[in-house]
This record gives sequence, structure tokens and C-alpha cells, in this order.
Amino acid sequence: MSTPTQPTPAPGKKLNRINLEPAAYRGSKTTLCAGCGHNAITERIIDSFWELGISPDQVLKLSGIGCSSKSPAYFLSQSHGFNSVHGRMPSVATGAVVANRKMIAIGVSGDGDTGAIGIGQFVHLMRRNLPMVYIIEDNGCYGLTKGQFSPTADLGSKLKTGVINDLPPIDTCALAIELGASFVARSFSGDPKQLKAILKAALSHRGTAMIDVLSPCVTFNDHDGSTKSYSYAKDHEEPLSDLSFVPFFEDITIDYDPGTSTTVSLHDGSKIVLTKMTEDYNPTDKLRSLSLLHETAMRNEFATGILYVEPDKPDFIDLLGLVDEPLAHLDESKTRPGKAALDEIMESFR
Amino acid sequence: MSATDAAVQEVGQRPTTERIVNDFAIQVATVNGSGSQTANLVLLRSIFQMGVPVSGKNMFPSNIAGLPTWYTIRASAKGYIGRKKEVDFLVAMNPETAREDVLTLAPGAAVVYDEPLKLNELRQDLTFYPVPFDKLMQPITHDAKLRRLVRNMVYDGVLSRLLSIDMGQMEKALRKQMGKKQKAIELNMSALKAGSDYAEATFTKQDPFVIEPMNKTQGMILIEGNAAAAIGCMMAGVTVVAWYPITPSSSLPEALIDYLKKYRRDPESGKTTYAVIQAEDELAALGMVIGAGWAGARAMTSTAGPGVSLMAEFTGLGYYAEVPAVIFDIQRAGPSTGLPTRTGQQDILSTAVLSHGDTNHPLLLPSSVTECYTMAMDAFDLAEELQQPVFVMSDLDLGMNTWMAQPFEYSTKPLKRGKRLDAEQLKNLGQFGRYRDVDGDGIPYRTVPGDGLPSYFARGSGHNEQALYSERADDYVKNLDRLSKKFQTAKTMMPKPEVDMAAEGGIGLIAYGTTHWAIVESRDQLNSERGIKTSYLRLKAYPFSEELNDFIDRHDRVYVVEQNRDAQMLSLLRIDLTPQRVLKLRSIRHYAGLPIDGRSVTTDLLKQEGV
Repeated sequence: MSTPTQPTPAPGKKLNRINLEPAAYRGSKTTLCAGCGHNAITERIIDSFWELGISPDQVLKLSGIGCSSKSPAYFLSQSHGFNSVHGRMPSVATGAVVANRKMIAIGVSGDGDTGAIGIGQFVHLMRRNLPMVYIIEDNGCYGLTKGQFSPTADLGSKLKTGVINDLPPIDTCALAIELGASFVARSFSGDPKQLKAILKAALSHRGTAMIDVLSPCVTFNDHDGSTKSYSYAKDHEEPLSDLSFVPFFEDITIDYDPGTSTTVSLHDGSKIVLTKMTEDYNPTDKLRSLSLLHETAMRNEFATGILYVEPDKPDFIDLLGLVDEPLAHLDESKTRPGKAALDEIMESFR
Repeated sequence: MSATDAAVQEVGQRPTTERIVNDFAIQVATVNGSGSQTANLVLLRSIFQMGVPVSGKNMFPSNIAGLPTWYTIRASAKGYIGRKKEVDFLVAMNPETAREDVLTLAPGAAVVYDEPLKLNELRQDLTFYPVPFDKLMQPITHDAKLRRLVRNMVYDGVLSRLLSIDMGQMEKALRKQMGKKQKAIELNMSALKAGSDYAEATFTKQDPFVIEPMNKTQGMILIEGNAAAAIGCMMAGVTVVAWYPITPSSSLPEALIDYLKKYRRDPESGKTTYAVIQAEDELAALGMVIGAGWAGARAMTSTAGPGVSLMAEFTGLGYYAEVPAVIFDIQRAGPSTGLPTRTGQQDILSTAVLSHGDTNHPLLLPSSVTECYTMAMDAFDLAEELQQPVFVMSDLDLGMNTWMAQPFEYSTKPLKRGKRLDAEQLKNLGQFGRYRDVDGDGIPYRTVPGDGLPSYFARGSGHNEQALYSERADDYVKNLDRLSKKFQTAKTMMPKPEVDMAAEGGIGLIAYGTTHWAIVESRDQLNSERGIKTSYLRLKAYPFSEELNDFIDRHDRVYVVEQNRDAQMLSLLRIDLTPQRVLKLRSIRHYAGLPIDGRSVTTDLLKQEGV
């Protein structure tokens, strides 16, 4: 299989298809710990937006509270950002996307922000299939409050204080698939190639694209015995396939051997190409996705890649039947009925 | 007095010869889920159609079927539409409560009752009209379920005869109520007629209560506050509605959905110019509103006390990140779950400073259905002008009961979108700083996604003028002080109080919301019965404006009348007023879960005056 080609950069300058340099996609300097997995994810987000040539001013970046939720400040400084309240980014994102359907929304959450305080809103975001990319930067602990267990912490894992976690972890991917998310993936912050391919595919998908990214906390959860440590994740990551993403604007023929690869077409015409690795995996089979997640979890392994995708599922905006123009920009003449309407209503109360 | 109110009341024995015209209260006691609402509204509407000022108050249980419910219709030639707690004419249909309902009546009252209940044995000083409802229903339909639902129309028929309510008006009201359901109309008409015929053949009028035609309702409408507010929201150009069902608020978004469906579709594409989202809870409801408001939409939610408690967190975010939002609080009796189907003004204090940290929120205080409509529009303007959540503090009495009003006027004023930057303004400003106080009024300029103007990073954490994260003490204090200045600016933008300076140097009354209707009546009682004149200031909003100080200065003592236990508005006044002015304030409170009535205010005031 050939690697999809990137746009040819102009001589001397590295520009994307809307003539922006990668620097235009950067944010402020990170204040997270050196080596934090979240920073690697930030870099992949920057790469993905730049490579897809998405204009930063067309992007909404949102988050809740926690280390993860600080990261939108570190990418896309020209985008519209909202660092909201703990566990409630889904509702803020819902309101914002409904108000302006033309914007591309990316939300960054953490395992505590999503799995504990925000599980209620997470559940309903997935159900609604709101068009947005939802990233969980998953390190199995609360970093910003110094290392307490989160709901994705391993059963039996141990805090520095000696406290043992005796509750089973929540599998956010299985949950998202069950709830109706139409694009569900898992990756590892230390796997740049796969993560970038997933992010680009997620950005081309219409509907909720939920990505759980294992992201080791170097300060509180990178010890031996943690399944969210660098060494554990590297050893136990089980990529489903070699993943490639072809954006819609790269109209090239992919040369692949029919017996080993599968192509999934996304809503905007982009393609995901999955090249067979460990097994013949079909990410459009919901039951297969769920059983795979259970099987790998039993072996204490992580299946990574695009676990499930349903490209044609109607998203929340479709269901609402909204006008094409963003609601937030509708002129008064379109949002305020005339006097005849009021007169008619008044007549009904006489 | 009825079983629904244990307060002392003072109606003496009436001479039976006196006719009491267009000035009495009818109470219908039924079981909820029995279909009595149609009969009650037909009764209310037919009196209204006869030109007699009327109001209807439903006291219903937090239940779907099987518990007692009372509906009170008050006819008042003088136009009092507040609650009157004394019941003059009882329709006793509920065996569970009939005994107590009758025992608590004042002497001279009249009772229509279901014959098998044998209520006439209970009292000698009332007029009784026994009606064999089941027997009268037998020839009308064989369907037991229909019979149960239509049975209540029989008492309308009986009352039509006893109170001289025109049958033609009853039929007209019924048709209005039923719409195009011809079969249902016929069935109900038969029941109505059966009641009327029976009363004509059986009863000699022995009570003094009569309805006579007047011309005081010409051109007026009958509407519930929640429907009025919904109309206001639509006319304000709302585009995003997120809500979670709760009594007594649900009928607001539900009415709004109906109106939006009808009037807010793009004529060409048939697509909607609005989105309504039923959220997973009140936290999410306000979260969606904040998200939409940040993105530039006119967004709202509607809830009641328990929902407001849950919205505290997002209200704080809206305040600090400066995001417009409109929140209706249809207040009900708390604390906690409290009495979900009873009214009160119990969320005033907690809402004014909702959420942790230093916060203040503008409150609008509608007292009529007309103000539910106008203040809904005001709220959207103010939220965008002030860039913060604005609350409209209605209540169950206003929101769910039926009120008379003049038809609402169409607003031709352009929507006020506040300091939303355009390219031209930006050029004049030079540099964009989201939280910079350019004009000295504490209100900064904002941009919204998709407008092609500079972006900014909204957040609930500490930030500087450029909307960048900051923990610096100077940035923090400067920002907090600017927000405080913005609230001072708000004082000049809120609706001004309504003042009637009739007793300078003497007694002043301050009230707000639905308490207004009791004040109107009480002031007349004090004047006509005791010769006591009073001034009156009706608050329409918080923060308070300058007129308030002047009003207090011009009176010797000022009673703050409200429907809560803890004198919540008085407490807010205490925070704002000078100690000298606070000394003049006295409190009259009413918190039984039932709407406040004029007589209670009069009694309490006279007691405090030592009269």
C-alpha cells in the first residue's frame, strides 16, 4: 500500500492547502509536566489540523477541568476556546455546536472529567451523536489534585500513599459504542503515527468521534504496575490494523492488496484504510467491536485503532432539522415573527 | 374559608335577602385526573365572556390521578384578580374532602354537592343544593369512562342556572375549550343541559350569589403566565432553548415549542430557525444555554427552585466568563422538593447571589401575564447588553394560573444585541481585549465564533483583559471590580419600579411579583374600611434603582410584603440600603404555599400598626 501524499509545500516555506504554516496552529507554551502524554497529544492535534488545512478561526475548542482540560490553550491559539467547568464540557459544546453548525468542534477531557464528575453529560453527548471530536486524555488518575484514582484506574493499582484501588475501571470506548457514538477509537499518546491518523479521520467524520488516548501521567501514574505507564502501554498496545487516512481533497487511488485491507468512506468523502495486522477487523460491526474490547480487557491489553465507525448515522444537527445558516448569526428578520403572528396568537386567547 | 387555608378569617353571617352580584368566589373540589379542568375553565371563561372580571386559581396535588384538587374562580366587579381566601360557593365533588370543605365554610355560603354525600346534615347555616350526578349522567352515555369525564359538566349546568350564567356563553366557552372535537362538544353539551334542566326543575334560589353581565372584559384575553412568557421568548428571537421538565415550569417550554413549530420555520426550506433540546438535567440545560450564548445565540432555559440550585455552577461560569443567558425561575414552595404544586417567592435571595465566589445576578420580577411577555423580551436584551445570566422570577401562581389581560402589544423596537463587535467598531477600537473596560461602564466588547473577528479564550478560571489565564492579584482584583461596576451599570438599565406616592410621610408598601394583586386589594381595604392611605412601590427588578431610596425617605415606615418565610427581598434591601433607611423597614410575609390574598396583608399590617 502506498502512503497518501501530502500537499506539496511551497519552496522555502512549509504551507498547507490554505497557505498557513504549522506555527499558525500552535497555542501558548504548555504548563504541564515535562514528558506528560497530554503534550504529545497536543502536538498530534496541531499536526492534524494543519495537515487537513482547517482554518483555525472555524474551530471551537472546549474542555472541562483538570490537566487534560488545560491543553486547549496549547494548540490553535486563533480558535475560539472555552475552558468550562468540571465534567460539563459536553453540554457547553452541545449548545455551541447547535448555535453554530458551521464550526468544527474539538473537546478535550480527562478520565476523571469524563468518567466521574462528567459521566452523565458524556453519556448524553454520545447518545446525541453531536458532531464533534471528543478526546479523553486518559491517565487513570487525577493529576491536578495530585494523583487520586480516577474511574479508569486499574483494579488493584496502588497510590503512592499505599491505597489500593478495589473498583473496576470504566471502559469509555465500550460505553461510547453502546451509547451511540458513531466513531470510537483508542490510541496511545506515544504512538504518533496512529494517533494522527485517527485524529484526522475523526475530524472528517460527521457525528461524535470519541477517542480515548492513553496518556501516561509521568508524575503520579508512570510506575511499574500501572497499565497507564509508558512501558506498560508500549508493551500491551494491540493495534488492530495499520491505519491510514486519506483526506477528501487527496483524490488518489490507493494501491492495496484486496485480501489485507479494508476501506471505510467517511461522510465528507475521506477514507480510512485499515491494513490487516493481527486479525481481519471490521470496524462497522458493533457487536464485534464490543466483544473485542472485552476480550482484550480480559488479557489486560488495549486494542488500539478505530474500534467502531458508523459513517452515515444521522448526527444531532440532522435530527434537529436546522436551517443551514448558523442560528447564532440569523438576522432579526428571521427570528422574530411579524405582528400578524402575535395577533393570531392573541386571538386564540380571547 | 376552605380546607385549603387554615388562617383566621372574618366573614360574618350574611342576611339572605341581600343579593351579592359579581363579587364572590366559587370553589370546585374534585379528585385530580377526573377531567374537572375542562368544566372549571368553561365556567371561568363564561363569566369572563359576560364581561365580569374573573380569575382562576388551581390548587392541585403533585400527582397524576386520585388526589384532591381545588379550583377557585373569583368574580370581582371591582376587578380584583388576586386570591380571595373566603369561599362563598362550594361545589363538593370529592368524597374525601367534602366534609372538611363544608365544615370550614363561612355561614351563608352555598354548596352544590353530590347527593349521596349527604352534606346537608353537617350544617344548618348554609344553603345546600344536592345533585344526583350519576343519575343525571345515565341517559347521556353508556360508556363508563366518558361518563366519568363528562360528569363534571353537570355542575357547570347547575351553576349556570343558580348563578344566572348565560347558557349561550357556556356553550361558546365549551366550544373554545374543545376546539373541533364535535363529538366531545355534543356529549359535554348534553351534560351541561342535564345539570341546567335539573336545577331549573328542582331548586328555588336561596343563596345571594349572582352573576350579571358587565362590560369590563371587552377585548381582553385569558392566559397563563407561562404561555405569555413563551410568546415573549419567541418574539425576542430566541434561537436555542434547553430545558429539563419540572413543575411548575414545564408548560413554558412546552408552549414555546408549539409556537416555534408554527411560527419559526424558514418559509423556503421548511427548516427551523431554532433548536429546542430536552437536556439530561438542569446542569446540562444551563450548560447548553451558556455554550449557545457564548457562540452568539439568544439562548434560554426555564426551571423551578430545585433546577436553579443545580444551575448554580453554570450561573457562576456565565457571570465570570460573561456569557449571556436567560433563565426563567417559575418559583414553587421549597425548601428541597418542598411543595412542587404550590406557589411562593422563595428563590429571591439565593438567586440574586447564586453560585460560589462573589457574584450578583440581575433579576426581573414580573407580576402580571403582560410582564411575563414583556420581561421575557427585556431579559434577552439585558442578557446580551450585560453579557451575563439574567433571571426572570415568575412563580406558580403567575405561570400556571389563568389571568385576564389586555392583548399583548407587538414590539417594534430592534433587539438589543449589546456590545457585539463588528469590523468597523474593531477598527475604531484598535485592539481587541475581551475583558477590557473600554467605555468605563464595566461592560466589555465581545466577538462570537464565525464572525471573522479575533477569537478569545473564555474560561471560568482567573483571566486578564486579554482573556489569558492569570493568577496575578492585580488582574484578579481589576476584573472583579469591573464586574462590580458592570452591576452598577445594570441598575440604570433594569425596569424602573412602579410608584404610587399617595401617603407621603406615612405608610409605604413595597412588593413585587404576584404579591402585587394582594397589595392592590389591601390598599383599598385599608382606605375604605379604616381610612388609612398608603403609598406603594412595586419592584420590577434587582439590582434596585435610585427611586427606591427616595421612596423610603419619603415615608415614615415601609412594609415589605412578600411570599416567603425569611423576608428575602427585605434581606436584599438590607444589603443595599443605608442603616437609616433599613430602620424604616417592616416585614409582612405569607408562605402557606397558596397565593397571598389582600385580606391577610390588611390584617397583618393593622396588627403591626397597633390598630
